[in-house]
Amino acid sequence: MTTMTIAKAINEGLRATLSNNPKTLLMGEDIGPLGGVYRVTDGLIKEFGADRVVDTPLAESGIIGTAIGLALRGYLPVCEIQFDGFVFPGFNQITTQLAKMHARSNGNLTVPVVIRIPYGGGIGSIEHHSESPEALFAHTAGLRIITPSNPHDAYWMIQQAVDCQDPVIVFEPKRRYWLKGEVDTESSGLAEDPFKAHVIREGTDATVVVYGPLVPVALAAANAAAEDGRSVEVIDLRSISPIDFDTVTDSVKKTGRLIVAHEAPTFGGIGGEIAARISERAFHSLEAPVIRVGGFHMPYPVAKVEEDYLPDIDRILEALDRALAY
Amino acid sequence: MGATHLPSTEFDGTAVDDQLEADAEAAQGQPATEMVQLLGPDGKLGTDPVFTEYADRLDAGKLRGFYSDMAAIRRFDQEATALQRQGQLALWVPLTGQEAAQIGSGRASQPQDYIFPTYREHGVALTRNVDLAELLRQFRGVSNGGWNPKDTNFHLYTLVLAAQTPHAVGYAMGIQRDQQLAEARAAENPQVEGSQPAEPKAAVVVYFGDGASSEGDVHESMVFAASYNAPVVFFCQNNHWAISVPTAVQTRIPLSNRAKGYGFPGIRVDGNDVIAVHAVTEWALEHAREGKGPVLIEAFTYRVGAHTTADDPTKYRESSEEELWRAKDPLERLEKYLRTEGLAGDAFFEQVKADGNELAAYVRKTTHDLETPDIRTAFANTYVEAHPLVAEELAWFEEYSAGFAGEATEEEAGH
Ligand SMILES: Cc1ncc(C[n+]2csc(CCOP(=O)(O)OP(=O)(O)O)c2C)c(N)n1
Repeated sequence: MTTMTIAKAINEGLRATLSNNPKTLLMGEDIGPLGGVYRVTDGLIKEFGADRVVDTPLAESGIIGTAIGLALRGYLPVCEIQFDGFVFPGFNQITTQLAKMHARSNGNLTVPVVIRIPYGGGIGSIEHHSESPEALFAHTAGLRIITPSNPHDAYWMIQQAVDCQDPVIVFEPKRRYWLKGEVDTESSGLAEDPFKAHVIREGTDATVVVYGPLVPVALAAANAAAEDGRSVEVIDLRSISPIDFDTVTDSVKKTGRLIVAHEAPTFGGIGGEIAARISERAFHSLEAPVIRVGGFHMPYPVAKVEEDYLPDIDRILEALDRALAY
Repeated sequence: MGATHLPSTEFDGTAVDDQLEADAEAAQGQPATEMVQLLGPDGKLGTDPVFTEYADRLDAGKLRGFYSDMAAIRRFDQEATALQRQGQLALWVPLTGQEAAQIGSGRASQPQDYIFPTYREHGVALTRNVDLAELLRQFRGVSNGGWNPKDTNFHLYTLVLAAQTPHAVGYAMGIQRDQQLAEARAAENPQVEGSQPAEPKAAVVVYFGDGASSEGDVHESMVFAASYNAPVVFFCQNNHWAISVPTAVQTRIPLSNRAKGYGFPGIRVDGNDVIAVHAVTEWALEHAREGKGPVLIEAFTYRVGAHTTADDPTKYRESSEEELWRAKDPLERLEKYLRTEGLAGDAFFEQVKADGNELAAYVRKTTHDLETPDIRTAFANTYVEAHPLVAEELAWFEEYSAGFAGEATEEEAGH
């Protein structure tokens, strides 16, 4: 067990994967000597050279498109997109090419490309640096989407993403890059399905489903609720596509109430998908409608007001009150 | 480059053409448009200081092969168009007029090279031994691909314009890395050296159109290719029209000139001259395989027919333009050459015709036989690894379908 930040854990995970497999390579803007704008790839170029840690031209479509070609040739590219809001020049390659190559080749071709995207707000940044576009990708079949919330998961999930034969997008909660935690580098401690949701706090009155940056917020809300005598179960989804509905269903059957929270806008988001699925699967167990907590239907607001935009402890508690009032 | 002919109908008239060349000249400080041509429309073979050497490598058998390939693919094109008219194909993308660009370049590649086509490269597919009936799967709507690219190193067609260009560069970067890994291994075990034949060096050819050249992906691909000196040949078939939009709307200078901006060679070649196209592509592939980096080839040609069977070219261009280009027909000029040089006679051309009819009959028959896949294969191929959502939806689909199966048997039983 070692204590490290999420950023360092991803760095170590990438180091392990580069050491273990000569076909792995990293690609992205400023990921070489600079180590990425968040320093997630810090020091890797020194260790593995510029051929394995490739500072690419400033071109997102080019990065993802050439990664597809490299994957077709048997390489395992891990692409870094500098910020969430800049993935869109590469959106075409991800959704029309990467996601579909296996299917349209009738299963003959695989494109195991990993795309790392720092996402989410709360860092006081400027336009296009705080977005949560996960639902746009989750809607596309052929992609897997995961998001770690703690250093141990971050260390193992990035390696599992590289091992996966399908394309994987790793949304990294950028405001949690500096969150410290214990990492067991010997064993992931994971069952067969590495991307199963984790029940990270048990409870009996309601379930709160969250992922990525909101995990600590939900835990804090659950602790605050406990002081009022309410027992809240918290689930860290970990994988956004596919979603582990079994774990959520089991929890709701026990608690009867469900709140889903994410930073992305509520409308058309992952929360709606979970609400619909759970209404189908556990309708008779539900004591209240599924309540969603999320961002508003607006471009991510300016940093000075982002606190009003981002779901916080109070917004989750308010949703909990509403659920319990039924 | 000793070009003897200037293009006749780029954009709409020589005045514009001259202006463009003058502009380009002023901008670049050098002549803009030289076009490599060896076999003219009159069937006479000219010379070129660089490329004649490549043309000299062609023997009579190879030249006859070019002709029979071009004739076969034109016949195939006619048959596929007919099949579309008969409702057997949802759509067809004809290639008539572009046979020399495709056969010349396709025949210049080696089996170890990898080809990324757009959607009109049926002639290139023929040179890569793709079963032409399989090529029709996509157009019949029974597959989004249709063949296994690993069998022939001919990738699937791509319908999102230019999306395949960065794939080609990435693949070429992979070839480059494989080569470096092999060299590193050989250096580690010098005793093995010589005992094992080295893998032949490979390169990539990527096809795209003059319209697609405007897409951002082409730019990004050329930047990547230049930055990493990737062994890739960009092969642009300038067939003058992007559906109804003329090349003039895509570019103010000859497309081959763009390569200079990226720092690698760009060559404009007469795309209706199979000998020149072959020579230029062979040169470019050698250049790339030897580690000298990318090349852009602009094959100056013409799409004689419609863009697809859904298109009506009379709405946007004059038939006189088509006539002008028919006079430069790639098959006719090679036939003239083969006949005057005594390399082929009536018997050969009759045989080619007979082979073409046989191919057409084969394609006609196999198209009817192309099997409609079970949607379960789509469930199976969405992901490589197990996926709970797909499993859940498939289970639902099975149960739902089983319900209908029960109904059918009840109906059959007269209930
Ligand atoms: C990204 C994209 N935009 C639009 C289209 C629709 N479209 C299909 S073919 C075509 C024209 C392409 O012209 P060009 O690149 O010159 O190739 P050609 O078909 O003439 O060989 C267009 C606009 C498309 N397939 N992809």
